[in-house]
Amino acid sequence: MTELWLDGLLVCALLATAAGALLSRDLFRAVVMFIAFGLLMSLAWVRLRAPDIALAEAIIGAGLSGVLFLDAVSHLRRRPAGGAAEDD
Amino acid sequence: MTSALLYVLAGALLCGGGLAGCLLVRHLLRRLLAFNLLGSGVFLLLVGLPAHRHGSDPVTHALVLTGIVVAVAATALALVLIRRYFHLTGRVSLPTGRQEDR
Amino acid sequence: MIERARQALLGAACLLFTVCLLWAVRHLVALPAEQQALSVLLSRWLPDSGVSHPVTAVLLNFRSYDTLLEIGVLVIAGMVGISLARTSALEDPAMRSADPLLHALLRLFLPLLVLLAGWLLWAGSSRPGGAFQAGALLAAAGVLGRLAGLPMAFLRPGTLLRAGLVLGFSVFLLIALLGALDGRAFLAYPPGLAGALILVIEAGLSLSIGMILLALFVSAPVAPEEDADGGPPA
Repeated sequence: MTELWLDGLLVCALLATAAGALLSRDLFRAVVMFIAFGLLMSLAWVRLRAPDIALAEAIIGAGLSGVLFLDAVSHLRRRPAGGAAEDD
Repeated sequence: MTSALLYVLAGALLCGGGLAGCLLVRHLLRRLLAFNLLGSGVFLLLVGLPAHRHGSDPVTHALVLTGIVVAVAATALALVLIRRYFHLTGRVSLPTGRQEDR
Repeated sequence: MIERARQALLGAACLLFTVCLLWAVRHLVALPAEQQALSVLLSRWLPDSGVSHPVTAVLLNFRSYDTLLEIGVLVIAGMVGISLARTSALEDPAMRSADPLLHALLRLFLPLLVLLAGWLLWAGSSRPGGAFQAGALLAAAGVLGRLAGLPMAFLRPGTLLRAGLVLGFSVFLLIALLGALDGRAFLAYPPGLAGALILVIEAGLSLSIGMILLALFVSAPVAPEEDADGGPPA
């Protein structure tokens, strides 16, 4: 019974972080939510008894793609909004 | 075995939410995030359904493992394209048809 | 106004899609449990596969065709990424950080990460782990080093980068073709050698996966175009 509660909590957290990643107004916040989602997904894989996928997800979902997205966000922010290069 | 069903339901909801994000959001980076969520939902469905019906299935695990690696490569490539597009045009969303008419 | 209606329509379609998916899940769950043919087959033939971990056996022996095509897809993605980058971006010496503490930490962590990747590769034959995880870990180590501004000469466009990109794919293809030329099926390993060959392929795969993901990260444009003309960013 406790396990069911834990799974329910994990699923709720998954859905909440996914909603945060989709709906956050701030892009940086959305990406951080996505990284949290990746970490929770790796926990979910452990609960589904798929340790291989959990390992891959912990490395890729939480680590690698998080870094990729954060780097992209900081890059897209660097230029002043509005885009001075519309003319070229 | 009921707990696997919870993950299947979460996977279905993630699929729907991710699809909606892909279609409705204009910002390319947010669209890519939604695309990743959609992928995670599909993976949860693929692993969760066999786990609920008859224990864990190594064949689907291998399938999903391949899918995750391809998804991260696709994400990295999409980010390269988005950043290049931003360089060339200064925009972060694709123009709609109406904007081109103007 | 039309935009509003279009968005509402798309949202309704997504909702409908989710409801259909849930309905399908409900029906799938209600079906009687069938003979799980695939798992039975898998456990029957596992001792012949050369490895004792079922997921690795599926990835690199029973369904190795999928894995071969997958690394092919990754190689194409890596090539597209590199060809999109201006050549200077790949060898961009702009240090993102010159923090001595970070460098000292990385000097400790990077060898540890590489060691861990090697262990994951080795462990894949008997327990969770394998080429994909090891490759991703190598890529993560490379990304860490890149963000700290460590020099990475091998990422310069040239023979070494190209060789690293296609290493996994070519080793895989070579072994597959050798099997075919030897009179067995394409991708069939010689009996008794399967375990060793799988390890060789996995080593090539993880090097290539790490290289491709790292190249995709590095080839993303870093500085705005005007920086290339000289002058530090404002």
